[in-house]
Amino acid sequence: MSYMIALAGNPNCGKTSLFNELTGSRQRVGNWPGVTVDKKEGTYKKDKEIEILDLPGTYSLSPYSAEEIIARNYLVKEKPDAVINIVDGTSLERNLYLTLQILETGIPTVIALNMMDEVEDRGDEIHIEKLSRAFGVPVIPIVARNGRGIWELMEKAAETAREKRAPMKLPVFDKKLQETIDQVKALLEAEGEPDSGWKAVKLLEHDENVREQMKEDLKNQAGKLTAKRYGQEADLEAEIADQRYQYITKAVKDAVTKHSAGCVETKSDKLDKLFTNRILALPVFAVIMYLLFACTNSENFLFLGIPSPGIWLAGVVESLWGGLTGLAERALAGASPWIYSLVIDGIMGGLGSVLGFIPLVLVLYILISFLEDCGYMARIAFVLDRIFRRFGLSGRSFIPLLQGFGCSVPAVMATRTLESEKDRKITAILAGFMPCGAKLPIFALFASTLFADNNQTLVTYSLYVLSIVMAVLVSLLLNKFVFREGTSNFIMELPQYRIPTLKSVLIHGWEKVKGFAVKAGTVIFVSTVLIWFLSGFNLNSFNGKNAAENEDGSIMCGMNDSFMASVGNVIAPVFRPLGFGEWRPAVGVITGWIAKENVVVTFAQLYQEDVTEAYLEEYFSQYSPKELEELGFEGGVYNAEAAGDIYSENILFEGSDENALPHMRDDIQTKAAAYAYMVFNLLCMPCFAAVGAMKRELKTWKETGRAVAVQMAAAYTAALLVNMVGGLFL
Amino acid sequence: MTLKEMKPGQSGRVRAIGAGGPLKRRIMDMGITPGVEVKVIKTAPLGDPIEIHVRGYELSLRREEALQIEMGD
Repeated sequence: MSYMIALAGNPNCGKTSLFNELTGSRQRVGNWPGVTVDKKEGTYKKDKEIEILDLPGTYSLSPYSAEEIIARNYLVKEKPDAVINIVDGTSLERNLYLTLQILETGIPTVIALNMMDEVEDRGDEIHIEKLSRAFGVPVIPIVARNGRGIWELMEKAAETAREKRAPMKLPVFDKKLQETIDQVKALLEAEGEPDSGWKAVKLLEHDENVREQMKEDLKNQAGKLTAKRYGQEADLEAEIADQRYQYITKAVKDAVTKHSAGCVETKSDKLDKLFTNRILALPVFAVIMYLLFACTNSENFLFLGIPSPGIWLAGVVESLWGGLTGLAERALAGASPWIYSLVIDGIMGGLGSVLGFIPLVLVLYILISFLEDCGYMARIAFVLDRIFRRFGLSGRSFIPLLQGFGCSVPAVMATRTLESEKDRKITAILAGFMPCGAKLPIFALFASTLFADNNQTLVTYSLYVLSIVMAVLVSLLLNKFVFREGTSNFIMELPQYRIPTLKSVLIHGWEKVKGFAVKAGTVIFVSTVLIWFLSGFNLNSFNGKNAAENEDGSIMCGMNDSFMASVGNVIAPVFRPLGFGEWRPAVGVITGWIAKENVVVTFAQLYQEDVTEAYLEEYFSQYSPKELEELGFEGGVYNAEAAGDIYSENILFEGSDENALPHMRDDIQTKAAAYAYMVFNLLCMPCFAAVGAMKRELKTWKETGRAVAVQMAAAYTAALLVNMVGGLFL
Repeated sequence: MTLKEMKPGQSGRVRAIGAGGPLKRRIMDMGITPGVEVKVIKTAPLGDPIEIHVRGYELSLRREEALQIEMGD
């Protein structure tokens, strides 16, 4: 016989630490159906018969947030064999409020009294026996962080589950209220409603969720009953919450001996004085953000001239992958050209683009998990809330948006730290607007060529400003027209600062990365292979004409003649109002969705007539052998075969050739059009890797599609305005 | 007087919660019920939200939310 034991408790009560301790590596992370809340399950390390489920952390079982609804529906409908209710011993009163509501469901319960080490450090004493008597269930003191007491806890929980020991009925409510509850309960029982006791309380609390599923006349009868006792205007929801707290206050007074004077300044208070200081809060915050940024995607880590841990790890992974690709290249040397290209350019290239992100995401998530678990994240929200509320977000949206300046993938994934679903959705859209590292080559190319006589730094800088302006505008519009409901409140616990355990931070980070690799990986992989196919094939690939024409007998074709070119031709008219309605810029936009820097690489391929061997040879002749070596020519000797790649990746990316791609200027003629092209690429759908991450955070394709549509609309509108208005001045 | 008008360092007892619906429930779920003692700890650097001490822990809420909490015996 196997048992299901659910863990329930407030946020920050140490639930996740306990779950990790109990299940070790045997965890499964999924989602609750229909909502963006993690569902974590695992098998108990010491007894495979026991399954453990981690319910979302909530303060109450009221029907107002996704987390609360999940937790209560699970308890009432699925009925686990037992609940372990984790209670933070350092703030008993608030934690026990949830306990009373769990006990109302009638499920066998054990209370795990956590953070006992901190309670002892403060010199307080909790009388376990008295607490256990007051709540009618076993209470086991534990320290989840180091495992103290948790085996005893599990024994007790297993025993409670086996014996189906339902909690005792507690005298929480006064006589009048209890009688009313009993009457409503009898009414429900007579009608054959299951869980009548729990539903009776919920009905009196005016719980919409329960009321919706109840027959009209039952509701009316119950309403008449309460009206008779309490009058028409009775606010029983408040009355019930109040009486619960009164019961708890009394129980805690009896069970806790406080030796600490209430006003002793703890270490946590001292830290808080710094982190939320009127003057220092923002500078300290800026430094912490800089460090976060520096550790993930900085090429020059803390100005030490070395790459950041994230970039370094990414380099290691990429070179390992490069080695593997090399092996595959050799193994496939004799294969037909299209198979070779499918494996090397399509599959290995696609997987490589996913793998390249994973180290960045891993480092970022370990750091963000640390900031969350130690309590600082809540202070960031506290400090920044005022600013972000102005445009309809909360203080927590800052981190994802800042990350967007490095890479949209971790930025979108960081939206997970946001509490409200509305904030999460809006921020995921806005994160795509940020000028990530891969968009910089596009700006560099255009700034150097079409804006050669202007202040190029200003051109690039203006795009940074534009991305922020657009984020603010779109957020305001979305708040006004799309997400009108769900105004978020900011009633938020500011938890004690705690140093999280390395293990919990690592587990946290790893879980998120694993999810990203699998889910986002699929999206990226499929779309990369699709674009590979479109750019390398045309109809002649399948009637033998290409094979006859190509020297190596390949059925593939150049991008100029591919399906992609046809697609470019079809959609080009759409871009005409924006000033770049030609097929080559259109193809650039599409290949940019694999990775934004591809726009520039694609241009080098499409404007072949500008990047001829003769041109390259002449261009590189201005460099000394030493400079050539630095650019990537082996031994500092010019090499026609490598020249094309080196030209696009070093010269075009950096914008070092002012005379680059003259034919591009036939397609994108005016400065206004060039600026519109940069704006469009800045704001439109981010790369597939980011869309994969969006899919992971927004859960459904419908939501993801909507988000992408918003980005596209914003990009189109902004680029259109730029081209029209800019056309008058530039 | 409401909680919004209290200065950092001041403490007092909650008399009633003005709001209704989800906001009221949330305020009460977090332990702010009539009769409970709360102390204003500080204001955020930009003036809003505020931090209060209630039932042995720290809670932040916006001024507009604090406006709903009536103080006084």
